[in-house]
Amino acid sequence: MRRSEQSAAREIPHHFATPRQAYESGKLGMWIFLATEVLLFGGLFAAYAVYRGNHPEVFVYAHRFLDARLGALNTLILITSSLTMAWAVRSAQLGNRRLLTLLLALTLLGGGAFLGVKIVEYEHKWKHGLLWGEQYRPHHPETAQEHSSAPEIPRETPPGDRTNIPPAAIGPPGLASSTDEERAAHASAKEPRNVHLFFGVYFAMTGLHGLHVIAGLLVIGWVFVRARGGAYGPSNFEPVDRAGLYWHLVDLIWIFLFPLLYLIH
Amino acid sequence: MNGSTAVADNYLSHGRGFRSWFFTLDHKRIGVMYLASIFFFLILGGFFAMLIRTELLTPGRTIMDADTYNQVFTLHGAVMIFLFIIPGIPAAFGNFVLPVMLGAKDVAFPRLNLLSYHLYVVGAIFSVVSILLGAVDTGWTFYTPYSTTTHTSVVSMTLGAFILGFSSIFTGINFIVTIHRMRPPGMSWNRLPLFLWALYSTAIIQVLATPVLGITLLLLIVERLLGIGIFDPALGGDPVLYQHFFWFYSHPAVYIMILPAMGVMSELISVFSRKHIFGYKAIAYSSVAIAVLSFLVWGHHMFTSGQSDLGNMIFSALTFSVAIPSAIKVFNWLATMYKGSIRLDTPMLYALSFLLLFGIGGLTGLFLGALATDVHLHDTYFVVAHFHYTMMGGVLIAFLGAMHYWWPKMFGRMYSEKAGRLAAFLVFVGFNLTFFSQFVMGSQGMPRRYYNYLDRFQPYHVLSTIGAYVLAVAFVVLAGNLIHSLFRGRKAPANPWGSATLEWMCASPPPHDNFAEPPEAGDPYDLEHLVYDESIGGYVPRTAREGA
Amino acid sequence: MSEIRSEREHESREAESLGHIVPLRVLLAVWFALVLLSLATVGAVRVELGSLNLWIALGIAFVKATLVGLYFMHLRYDQPFHAIALVGSLLFVVLFVGLALLDTAHYQHELIPGYAPAVRP
Repeated sequence: MRRSEQSAAREIPHHFATPRQAYESGKLGMWIFLATEVLLFGGLFAAYAVYRGNHPEVFVYAHRFLDARLGALNTLILITSSLTMAWAVRSAQLGNRRLLTLLLALTLLGGGAFLGVKIVEYEHKWKHGLLWGEQYRPHHPETAQEHSSAPEIPRETPPGDRTNIPPAAIGPPGLASSTDEERAAHASAKEPRNVHLFFGVYFAMTGLHGLHVIAGLLVIGWVFVRARGGAYGPSNFEPVDRAGLYWHLVDLIWIFLFPLLYLIH
Repeated sequence: MNGSTAVADNYLSHGRGFRSWFFTLDHKRIGVMYLASIFFFLILGGFFAMLIRTELLTPGRTIMDADTYNQVFTLHGAVMIFLFIIPGIPAAFGNFVLPVMLGAKDVAFPRLNLLSYHLYVVGAIFSVVSILLGAVDTGWTFYTPYSTTTHTSVVSMTLGAFILGFSSIFTGINFIVTIHRMRPPGMSWNRLPLFLWALYSTAIIQVLATPVLGITLLLLIVERLLGIGIFDPALGGDPVLYQHFFWFYSHPAVYIMILPAMGVMSELISVFSRKHIFGYKAIAYSSVAIAVLSFLVWGHHMFTSGQSDLGNMIFSALTFSVAIPSAIKVFNWLATMYKGSIRLDTPMLYALSFLLLFGIGGLTGLFLGALATDVHLHDTYFVVAHFHYTMMGGVLIAFLGAMHYWWPKMFGRMYSEKAGRLAAFLVFVGFNLTFFSQFVMGSQGMPRRYYNYLDRFQPYHVLSTIGAYVLAVAFVVLAGNLIHSLFRGRKAPANPWGSATLEWMCASPPPHDNFAEPPEAGDPYDLEHLVYDESIGGYVPRTAREGA
Repeated sequence: MSEIRSEREHESREAESLGHIVPLRVLLAVWFALVLLSLATVGAVRVELGSLNLWIALGIAFVKATLVGLYFMHLRYDQPFHAIALVGSLLFVVLFVGLALLDTAHYQHELIPGYAPAVRP
């Protein structure tokens, strides 16, 4: 352990005066980067809020197609991988190379399991045609209904065009809000219009989150390889710390995604 | 001391060849590369502007058809905004000046800095490629649903902008950390030069706003490629929501543009009035206030879009607040000049132009922020004139002022003052000729982005186009003067203008490592202790002069 | 076990190490709390409380996020600016969501009744 410690002492770049300055600068930089990620996902949360706020019936209806148990499982997986990651940082600070490598491997495993569950969920959606926009062609066993076409769109141009903007005389009046008629329709469990909006939001949010999980795994994977080579110790654990911060952010985002998408009442 | 540094090693001579520049970690070289690229795109955007103005000489077709015209103004806007003005002062001058002004050796993350530059280049390539693949014709704002259905290369252009966004974010992160962590002994926050306060406030906006642009562009790309339907009304989506997304970034973005320009102004006005800046704290806190308030007003771009009345009223009221810190700065600059010893060198001419032109631009913003008048002025040439007065009369003028101010430091050469002043005068005249008439025709109803127009507007358009050609001449003189100085200019002393900020304490051009030891930081606006030394043509500390 | 040895070496390591080292029992306690709260979130859905359900779920999520931030991400032991950066970014998200929601909730279908009938009645 002592040997790896000495080899792990890092030279600070020449533009920094002290190791402390280098350490604190790196940490601050990472935190500001995390702030930008919060804003990036914040946009998607805004889209979610707007659509759910104005079309609650769509969300109440459509969330039934998400398996809350798988979502909860993924939550527990991610929480545990956050534990192993924080523990790994601790191990690096204490110079415990064996434990560090093990914990990083467990974190990778957790992330992989998360992605695995996600693939299962996505496959289920794909098979049942529960996709976004015009791809929304559900054929699910619960209602035994076959929807064969996309939502009604007044067409005046050849079907090759995806959308049609109504001529000025009819003019779009703006987004329709929930009326009493629509609420009554929901009460009788009829499928509301524009259910595909939910899936658009769902895939956008979980998709972007999934991409970040993959990115996190790549970073942690690289840290893992370096850790096995004894690169980290009490005087050089920053990369583990930074990777950990990123991974915790990925966990934080999921902590909010899970109830908002899976546990709608 | 300074004459003999001709052969001394400086950052320009430290390492030669393409690779030493392409892979450099030296913030000064990165700054110079940015300056060259940014200036190139200024000229490219200006070229598109000349095409626009030439087309608008006559109603109907002059040199191009309507579809091409849509592409040209889109490109003019996108190139100018994403490739020139947003990176603009922070990338070209901030990168070079910030560490030296802090007495530091480099920014906090030099490799991230290099990555920022490379991302800029990649983003620029994507944007230019989009021109070749089928130039975008949506306007630089990419409003849906047209942008999701038009058969032009929207994806390529928005991908370019997305990548450029990361360049901006990484620069912002670098600047915030550098200012927080790498100040020299003696430089408390209250001793920070105002240019750095400005860059800091800009970086806050860059870091908070740009990610929202990122998600907006991502959603736009996904909407085009996969039909996700979030902004498509035919699929139950909301096109006004797109505008909320877009303007949540793009309004703070205009403050990314103007804040560094205001920072330059604080430096120039103080130095060329030979007077301590008036109201240092007011200016510093105003910078931060502008950064925060800029996030509260985006809806004023959407008054006629279908935004609710309630939203309209809230945004209009909030918009008036953001004028206050800007006005505070202008008053402080004027107070700085009062009873100062004003020198009308080239940088100061630009600073004075800024005061007038940005003043006009800012005041005309009030007409646009007021709901009742905006309903008539929205999407007219009044808006075009307003933002050109602020962005061009403000930011570009400050950019040119900064360039003439820091040119001796960056390249170790003095340019011809005569030619510099001539160019500044031509810029001022050309600019006003081009854009003042646009206020008038806008208020009379001439819409923006229109290829064709009523005959009664033609005199205004002709005047405007003449102004544009004067501007083109001005730029030729300006560029010629600066380039000529690189080969034939007098060698520059360390401190030709007599500023007390730290970047003038090292040689011109600076050595590779800037400073061997961090210098002691005093009051950056204490100009009393500097005196002019005829023999070197620059300023030296008072004690050194008396010793000699 | 190596963990016990590390605890004893904790003091000397702390002096060497630039960062504070979170005690293991704290990490495990936080994890346990997170698991419990996650199960609570799922359980709370079964109780029908109308619109309150959303806020309860968000509230629990907020508590979980605070735990992760404070202990896993070290905010409790770091300089305050890190927490300011995180909370600040969240405030701006709230600003964006809030104003967008406010606006979309107050859309007016017909500014002039009968002038532009709705595409779909």
